[in-house]
Amino acid sequence: MTPLALSDFALVTSLGAGQQATIEALLAGRSGLTPCQFDTLPIDAYAGEVPNLDTPLAGAWSAFDCRNNRLAALALAQDGFLDIVAAAKSRYGAARIGVFLGTSTSGILHTETAYRQRMPDGELPPCFDYARTHNTYALAHFVRDFLRLAGPAFVVSTACAATSKIFASAARMIAAGICDAAIIGGADTLCATTLLGFHALGVMAEGPCRPFDAARNGISIGEAAGFSLLERPGPYHTPETIMLLGTGESSDAYHMSSPHPEGAGARRAMQLALADAALTPEAIGYINLHGTATLAGDSAEDCAVSSLFGSVPCSSSKGFTGHTLGASGVVGAAICALAIQHNFLPGSPHTNSIDPDFHSNYLRTGHSAHITHAVSNAFGFGGVNCSLVLGRAS
Amino acid sequence: MHAYIEGIGLCGPGLDAWAQSTAILAGHAAYTQAPAKPPALTLLPTAERRRAPQTVKLALAVGTEAFTAAGRDPVTTPTVFASSGGDGDTIHDILSVLASAQRELSPTRFHNSVHNAAAGYWSIATGATAASTSLCAHDDSFAAGLLEALAQTTTGQAVALIAYDVPYPGPLFAVRPVSATFGVALVLSPTPTQASFARLDLALQPGPAPSTQAAPALEELRHTTPAARCLPLLEALAKGVATTLSLSYLTDMHLHLTVTPHFQGQPA
Repeated sequence: MTPLALSDFALVTSLGAGQQATIEALLAGRSGLTPCQFDTLPIDAYAGEVPNLDTPLAGAWSAFDCRNNRLAALALAQDGFLDIVAAAKSRYGAARIGVFLGTSTSGILHTETAYRQRMPDGELPPCFDYARTHNTYALAHFVRDFLRLAGPAFVVSTACAATSKIFASAARMIAAGICDAAIIGGADTLCATTLLGFHALGVMAEGPCRPFDAARNGISIGEAAGFSLLERPGPYHTPETIMLLGTGESSDAYHMSSPHPEGAGARRAMQLALADAALTPEAIGYINLHGTATLAGDSAEDCAVSSLFGSVPCSSSKGFTGHTLGASGVVGAAICALAIQHNFLPGSPHTNSIDPDFHSNYLRTGHSAHITHAVSNAFGFGGVNCSLVLGRAS
Repeated sequence: MHAYIEGIGLCGPGLDAWAQSTAILAGHAAYTQAPAKPPALTLLPTAERRRAPQTVKLALAVGTEAFTAAGRDPVTTPTVFASSGGDGDTIHDILSVLASAQRELSPTRFHNSVHNAAAGYWSIATGATAASTSLCAHDDSFAAGLLEALAQTTTGQAVALIAYDVPYPGPLFAVRPVSATFGVALVLSPTPTQASFARLDLALQPGPAPSTQAAPALEELRHTTPAARCLPLLEALAKGVATTLSLSYLTDMHLHLTVTPHFQGQPA
C-alpha cells in the first residue's frame, strides 16, 4: 500500500486517560487490572475498568448517552485530538473526512439496563434511544456529529478484530478517493453480555490474565477507546510521524470461537501485512500480540509468530489493559506507535513463567530498544484475523 | 468507482431467489407479499446448521445463490457483510436472560451474537480464507456495504456484498420496527467477465438527496427494511435498461449509481 500518516493516538484504557498515562504505566510495568467490581461473576475475575464514566453526556449529546459513547467522548478529549481534527477540517473540509470506527458491543449495556426496567406491558422505557445507543453504528453516529464531520462513515464490527480492520477499510477509502482523511479507531466498554458470555464459554481467568504463561487460564476483559487521524503524508508531518505501512486480513474457515490450532489464518494475515508493506520479517522490531491468555489462542499465535518471525521480540498488552475486545486493535496499534516513539518494548505484567512449549521471543519485562517497524495483531470470533504494520516516516 | 455484476442472490417476502423474482422486479408480473422463505441450509455441517440463527441462514442462502450464478470460487473471494442490527432473536434472548434471576448465558448464543456471525459461518461453510468484513450504518447499511465493496474492487479484486436484515422480536421491535426478513448478495468483479451482465458505477456525492423509490408495490418493503434499500438497484438490473439512481446515505450525502447492462458473455 501507499504509506499513510497516523496522528498521535487519543487513547483511554484502564492504564489511564491519554498517552502520557499509558506510556508511564508501560514503562513501570504497572497493570490496570483490578478485581472486577463491574458486575457479579461467580468467579474471582479481574477487569480493566476505566474509572469516572458515571457522568452522563449532557446537552445536545444526551440522546447518545451510554457508557460506550461516554468513553469515546473521553478519548476524543485526550492528546490534542480535537485540535488535530480541527486542522484536518481546515485542510480538507468536513465532507472529505471519513469516520470509520470499530466496536463489538456498542451501547448494549444501555439496553441491558433498559431490559431490567421494562414497563408492565413489557415495553422498554420510553426514553430508550435505540439508534443512538444500542445500534452498532451509534458510535460513529456520535463521533461524526460530535466532531461536526460530514464525510462517509460506518462501523466495522468483526468482534475482537474490529478496530484493526478499520485501518484497512479507511486506507482503501482514501486510496479510492472516497475521502482525503479518516478518523479511525473505536471503543468497547464493559457490559454483562461480554463478561457473562466469556464466562459461559469457560475462558474467563480466575485472577488477572497471564498471557503466554504456562499457567494461563483465560482472559480478563477491559474497556478502551482510541482514535487517530489517517491521511496522506504532507508537509505538516515529520520524520517522527508514525505511518500505516501495511494491512493483512484473513479468515480461518475453522470454528466460530476457537482459533485454528496452528494459527494458519493468523500467519496468513501477518504475511499479507508484511507483503502489503513490502517488508521482510527481519525488518520488524516488535510484535504486539493478540495474546488474550486463553490456552488455545496463545498457543496458536505462538505457532504462527515463531514460524514467521523467529526471534523478533513480542508481547501481549492484555496483562496491562485486559482484553478490550472490539477496541483491542486500536489499543495494540497505539502501543506499537508508543514503542517506536519512546524506544521501549513493553513487557507483560502477570506473566511469570512463559509456556515452555512456546518458541517466540516473548518479553516478560519491558526494555529499551530502538525500533523502526512494529506489527500489531488482532483476531476475533468467526475466525477473523487482521495484522497491521506501523513504522517511522523516516 | 465501478464494478461488474456477476451474480445476484435474493430472499425477501414474496421474492424467492433472483431468477424467480426478475419478472416481478421488472414489472412484468404482479408482486404478492408472502413470508420470506430462506432455502434449507445444506452448506453447513449438521452441528453448525443446528446452531445457526436466522440471519446466518439468510445470509448464507443469498450468498450461495449469488456465487453459483457468478461461477466464482468463494474460498478466495473477499466478502463484505452489511446488516443494520445483527441477529435480533439472539440479542433479545441474551438481554432477557441477563435481566432474569438466573443470568446464565448459552455459549452458542453468545458467539452467535457478534455482528460478524454470518461472516464466520460463511467462512466455515465455504472454506473461505480470504478477507471478510462486517459493517453497519443503521438504516444506510446497504449503502455503506456497497461503498466498502466497490472500494475493494478498486484494488483489482472481485468481492461479494451480502446484506441482510431480520425483524427484531419482543420489545426491541417497538423501538426498531424493521418489517421484513430480507437478504441480498451481489458478486462484483473489477473487470467484465463471461458471467457479468451489468456495469455499476458509484459516486459518493455531498448533500442530501432522496433515494430513488421502488415500484409502488415494493416501496413499503424498501422503506421499512434497511437491506431492501437495494430494491431500486435490483429493479434496474431486472429490467436490463440503463438507469441512474440515488441512494440516500447518512442524511447529508448520497450515492449516485449508474447501471449499464450488457449482454452476458459480451461485455460492453
